[in-house]
This record gives sequence, C-alpha cells and structure tokens, in this order.
Amino acid sequence: MDISAPEAGRVATPGRRRLLGFLVGSGVVASLVSIIYPILKFVLPPRRAEMDAETVAAQANELAPGTAKIFRFGNQPAILIRLADGSYRALSAVCTHLNCTVQYRARERDIWCACHNGVYNLQGGNVSGPPPRPLREYAVHVRGKEIVVSRGSRT
Amino acid sequence: MPRLSQQLREWFQARFGTGTLDWLTHKQVPRHHHTVWYYLGGMTLFLFIVQVVTGILLLLYYRPSPGEAFESVQFIMTKVQFGWLVRGIHAWSANLLIFTAMLHMFSTFLLKAYRKPRELTWMTGCVLFFLFLGFGFSGYLLPWNTLAFFATKVGTQMMAAVPVIGNWLLTFFRGGEDVTGATLTRFFGFHVAIFPALTTAVVGAHLFLVQFFGMSVPPSIERTYSNKPVPSYSFLPSFMLRDLIGWYLALGVLAALAALFPWELGVKADPFAPTPAGIRPEWYFLFLFQTLKLIPGRVLWIEGEQFGVLVFGLAATLWVLIPFLDRNPTGRVGKLITGIGAFAIVYILAMSLWAWRS
Repeated sequence: MDISAPEAGRVATPGRRRLLGFLVGSGVVASLVSIIYPILKFVLPPRRAEMDAETVAAQANELAPGTAKIFRFGNQPAILIRLADGSYRALSAVCTHLNCTVQYRARERDIWCACHNGVYNLQGGNVSGPPPRPLREYAVHVRGKEIVVSRGSRT
Repeated sequence: MPRLSQQLREWFQARFGTGTLDWLTHKQVPRHHHTVWYYLGGMTLFLFIVQVVTGILLLLYYRPSPGEAFESVQFIMTKVQFGWLVRGIHAWSANLLIFTAMLHMFSTFLLKAYRKPRELTWMTGCVLFFLFLGFGFSGYLLPWNTLAFFATKVGTQMMAAVPVIGNWLLTFFRGGEDVTGATLTRFFGFHVAIFPALTTAVVGAHLFLVQFFGMSVPPSIERTYSNKPVPSYSFLPSFMLRDLIGWYLALGVLAALAALFPWELGVKADPFAPTPAGIRPEWYFLFLFQTLKLIPGRVLWIEGEQFGVLVFGLAATLWVLIPFLDRNPTGRVGKLITGIGAFAIVYILAMSLWAWRS
C-alpha cells in the first residue's frame, strides 16, 4: 500500500476495495451457481412415466396350480403364482433386502431369495432371513383367457 | 487466529517450499502491443476444459449404437433437464475451440513465435490442432443424423485416396467397407478415449514448454527495444488475472450462443435413403471440401482426389516443420515463408467463404 497517499485517500481506499471485492466475489459466485445448478439437474435422470397400465402376465392355461412365473412389470420383475386352489397372486419379485430377484419354491411352498437366503410366504410376508419388509402385492384379474396384473389394491 | 487461507498456504509451504510459487510470481510476461495474442492459447485451453466437462456429462445418457444413438441424443435434448444446454455448449464450444485454436496458430505463425528455442512448442501445438480436427470429425457422426452420416461417408472415402495404405485406412476407420454401426462404435471410441488421452498428454507437454520458455517476443518488438529490456509484468497475478478475464469472455460468448442458438439434431440417418442435397462438412473442413470439388478428375498422371490428398498432406507436413525451414526468420527466407503462410490463410478463408456461400 502506498504510504505517501493523502489522508483522505487512505480512508477511502479500504471501502472502495471492499466494494470491488464484493462485486467481483458475488459475480464469481453467481457464475459458479449458474454452472453448477444445471449440472446437478442434468446428472439426475428424468423420471420415467410410472407404469399404471395393465400387464398381461400369463395366459389362463399357462400355469398349473402350485407353479409360478416371473414376468416383466414396467421396468421391474414381478412374480405370478398360481396357488394350490387355482387362484392367482401377483407380487413384486424384487427382494426388499438388496433388490435381488426372488423365486418360487414349489416344494417348500414359499418364495425364496437366493442372494442371502431370505424367505417369504406366499402372501409375500417376510418370514425369515434378512428381508425387512413384505413384497408388494399387485392386483390380479382374470379377463377371458388372459391373466392381467395391475398396480393398486388387490380386488 | 490466522485465516484459513494463510494456514493452508503455510501447510503447503512447510511441505513443498515456496519454489513454484516464487517462480510463478517472479516469472515475467512481456508487455507490448501484440500481448493480446498471448490470450488465445489460454482461451483454447479453457474451451477444451469445457469440452471435457460437458463431454463427461453427455456420456451419462449417450448410447453409441445406430439403433439408439439418435434417440439418446433426442432424449438428452428433450427429456433431461438442461440437456439442450449441455449439448448446445458441447457443440458450440467445439466450434469456438477450433476457431480460437486457428487464431492462436496463425497468430503465432505470423509473429514467428516458433523460432528457436520454441520449435517443439510449435510442433506440439500443431499435433493438438490435428487432434482437435479429429475430435470434430469423430464427434460430428455421434448423433447419427443424415447430415453426419453422409458427411462421414464422404470424409472417410477421401482416406482411400492416400497412396499405398488408403484402403487399409478406409477399412480401419470405418470398421468395415461401409459406414455402419461399426463405424459409429469406432468413432465413439476415438472421440471419448483415444483422442482425450492423447490430447491430455500433448496439452501437458505444450503447457510445460510454454511455461519453460516463457512467451515469445515478436521480432518487430525486439527491434523496437533493440538493446533495452522489453517492458513486462508478473505472470502471477498480473498476467493470470488478465488470462482469466479471457476465459470469462469465452464463457460469456459460449453461454450466449448456446442459449440463443440451440444446436439442431436433424433427421435420423437412413443408410438406404438417397443422399439429400446440401451435405457438407463442418465449417473448418470446408476449404478442403471446396478444393476437392475444383480439382479435375485427372491431374498429370494421378487421379484428382489422390492429387488433392497428396498436396494437402504435403502442406500439413511442411506446416509442422516450419521452425526448421525458417532458418533465418528476419531474413529473406523468413519473409518468403511469411508470404506463403499469409497466402495459405487467404486461400483457406476464400475457399471456406466460397463453399459456405454456395
């Protein structure tokens, strides 16, 4: 700093310097925000439209009582089970523990996750092993020769 | 309590000493009426950084296959938040980068900054320029639209005219005999892996050489200050801050262009549709395109296309070797080389304008 500057200059300079510092600083911050905000928005993928339409899971004569199949429901696998009494039940096939895909075990009459030995009953309830929650249940309608599965409460 | 910045500085100084910082603050940058040309390299570097960042962002959604490439770019443009902006900036920055790199190259040529001891700085710069052209050419195809598809067909077909290894080159770059999905995959690989790796290494060497030798003072300035030292200021902070203003300026121009003129996507490529009229390469290849249109089918005993490729190949080689050809930059040879270079610049400008207008 120039020591020989007149008294008035020495008083005025810090204020001016602070103002300039504020202007430059806020300009830089505003620029950074306008760069970082779009990037943060860009990196998160847009939500795909939720699948609310129905999916044909199987044909009427496809599953014998006591068998099951995995079918595609939206972007995720789901399981359609034909119970011993001939009725159908549809559940999410995504294990609530760590997202593995579960399978139906005919002998044990349960749903089993091979990853960490999680067991659900045929209602989707978590019976043993690590799964923390039951599998989500979907609504099943028999419409003519098609077994139709949709989201929403069971009817 | 001392401020955090001071604590940090002391932490680093205790470990690394003050050597680099001292060197940067004591390093002097000459200051004269040609100083403005010193900022173009920095602006090009800034635009390259923008390309790296936006390129990585685009990689989050882009899919390099003929069935999905166009759709994935469409998805970026219409569904992803700020996708249009990120792609727009990538495309505009690519063009601005070639533009600033050209200005940088031609200004260093005319100011004879390639003179001893900066031969390698010039040559690494030329390699960078060719790499940027490669980036432009390979990136042009990636959206897989009609314009890009046919421009790539024509562009790669020119490689077949290279003597002896022409057919090998053609098959290598196309990944087969024709431009297909295999070409797209290859170009994608060049664009996002091979060229970036090479460019990073050469940019590193180029920047090291620039810092090592310092800025070149043009002969005319040297003459003005015959025996006196040329005025100068410190690299850090005086030159650095001005350089940053150059970056800021580039950012402003870039943001304005990308926001006001969104980059078009065009129509998806259909390899079995007839080529539509108006197929042309990017503006920086227009002078080549126009020249090849003008060359007759046969020049002397060789085919016209082969002649064109040979002449341009020779010119590019001579351009890289200029520091070794220009033995006496201020003498007659130097003046002749400046004249030939100036003619080349005028030729490129005129041919580009002609192709652009027609």
